[in-house]
Amino acid sequence: MWKNREQMPILETKHITKHFDGVYAVNKLSINFEAGKITGIIGPNGSGKSTLINTLTGMIPIDSGEMIVAGAERLQRVKAHEVASYGMTRTFQDVRLFEQMPVIDNILVVLTERSIWKALFEKHGALHLEKAEEVLKKVGLWDKRDELAKNLSYGQRKLLEIARVLAMIHCGVGDINIIFLDEPFAGLFPEMIKIVTGVMKELRDQGKAVILIEHNMDLIRELSDHIYVLDSGELLAEGKPGDVLARKDVIEAYLGE
Amino acid sequence: MEYIIHISILISIYAILGLSLNLVVGFTGLLSVTQAAFYGIGAYVTAILLTSTGMNFFLALIIGMAITGVCSLAIGFVLSKFKDDYYALGSFGFNVIIYSIFLNWQSLTRGPLGIPGIPRPSLFGFTFSENVWFLALSIVLLILVYFICRFITGSSFGRVLKSIREDEGAISAFGYRTLWYKLAIFVISAMMASIAGSLFASYITFIDPSSFVLSESIFILAIIILGGLANNKGAVIGAACLILLPEILRFVGFPDDIAAQMRQVVYGVILVALMLYRPQGLIGEYRL
Ligand SMILES: Nc1ncnc2c1ncn2[C@@H]1O[C@H](COP(=O)(O)OP(=O)(O)O)[C@@H](O)[C@H]1O
Ligand SMILES: [Mg+2]
Repeated sequence: MWKNREQMPILETKHITKHFDGVYAVNKLSINFEAGKITGIIGPNGSGKSTLINTLTGMIPIDSGEMIVAGAERLQRVKAHEVASYGMTRTFQDVRLFEQMPVIDNILVVLTERSIWKALFEKHGALHLEKAEEVLKKVGLWDKRDELAKNLSYGQRKLLEIARVLAMIHCGVGDINIIFLDEPFAGLFPEMIKIVTGVMKELRDQGKAVILIEHNMDLIRELSDHIYVLDSGELLAEGKPGDVLARKDVIEAYLGE
Repeated sequence: MEYIIHISILISIYAILGLSLNLVVGFTGLLSVTQAAFYGIGAYVTAILLTSTGMNFFLALIIGMAITGVCSLAIGFVLSKFKDDYYALGSFGFNVIIYSIFLNWQSLTRGPLGIPGIPRPSLFGFTFSENVWFLALSIVLLILVYFICRFITGSSFGRVLKSIREDEGAISAFGYRTLWYKLAIFVISAMMASIAGSLFASYITFIDPSSFVLSESIFILAIIILGGLANNKGAVIGAACLILLPEILRFVGFPDDIAAQMRQVVYGVILVALMLYRPQGLIGEYRL
């Protein structure tokens, strides 16, 4: 079957499986993510959403299955430090910041050179600072730039993770076009939610594939072009949010928890 | 006056050791207690080269750094397999191993007899035999090491080290091969400790394995914990405090032998008290 390059998924997973001591957290999952779209992943707690992202981004080793990046690169095993070069970046559900570092350094560290030598003899300090200012202003944390990350409020911490993702897009590693957001709205105040939805729409309009794990169905409806529903590590349903969220089995999976 | 010069030389040497270990422990978060081994390799290489070949001190110092660099690369690679407490234990093991090599490779190190008669450095016909000149040399090297540390920790590379300390998994997910960073700083740090070893060997003019035991590594760790982790000035201040303290005890009337033993007790007490009341040390920027 001949596919137009525009319609080709930017990331496909084939039979991805990951188990923890007999529990199949992700079981033979084959799903696609498309560029310029926001793809929602929903499912009850423990259904394997975070585990899926963790395997795709090399944070935990995969048992079996493979992923195909941009229709070309087939990967069985991906190491954490390589995922950026395949164009992927992410946030963490359990916010992982560089706690005892200033906010600005949390951003600068992902902007600067990856090679040791170039990092020692940094040539683009001013440029990186400019980019850091831009992304921190976007999430409203520029005023907090000299605070240690650990002193931020919970919502600010989540926003800093979003800013770090934006910084990754500016860094020289890979062409970041696949962005995983693991429950980015959890615990945010309404005005912060507005910032994050704004960023997500912007990323989508820039042609990035944005993958959103979220429990708030209003946000899922508002943002997603396509959703996947996971249950016990397996795919329960997929499709347009309006259709899928009306399905009986989907509602039951959620009510059942 | 001689006495003050002597103490100042010791402070310079230990400040170099503190600065070097701070790169690994304070900035990168790798709890290494094997610094005395690298200090010892530097001292032994210098002592052996100076006494057996009559080589110039500064050349011996550089060869010592190179040999220490190679050893630390191998050790750092093995240690990179460990995390947290196991890392500390593994590094502990390497200090013991290197110490026993100093003790047992007698054809090279003369084992427990030690190596006497190590000459003082000389450069362009000038010999640093007077302590005051040796102090000047020590301070020049200390300043050099200090500025290299400041350069490294202030660079983008230094920022990556700190992020490894904070969350190695997260920073690797952003495209960093953290292994290379950890190895690089471990080797740089060991080579700096080797400089301190060369100075020590040539200053005392005699070395034996007892100067490079595990408790010496813990003493160096105490220096940076007292002065403040992840702070270069803190390492220097910590060295000054911990070297001066037993001297002050002696000054206020403790007998010499008791003052010497008190050094051990005092830094033990300081460590425990700091962990309880001020885990970031005097001017530290990071808590273990
Ligand atoms: N590191 C781990 N070790 C053991 N079990 C885990 C681990 N991570 C996740 N699990 C298990 O895998 C399943 C899926 O978890 P997770 O992916 O976090 O779900 P979700 O993100 O959808 O809430 C759960 O049963 C969870 O207990
Ligand atoms: Mg989750």
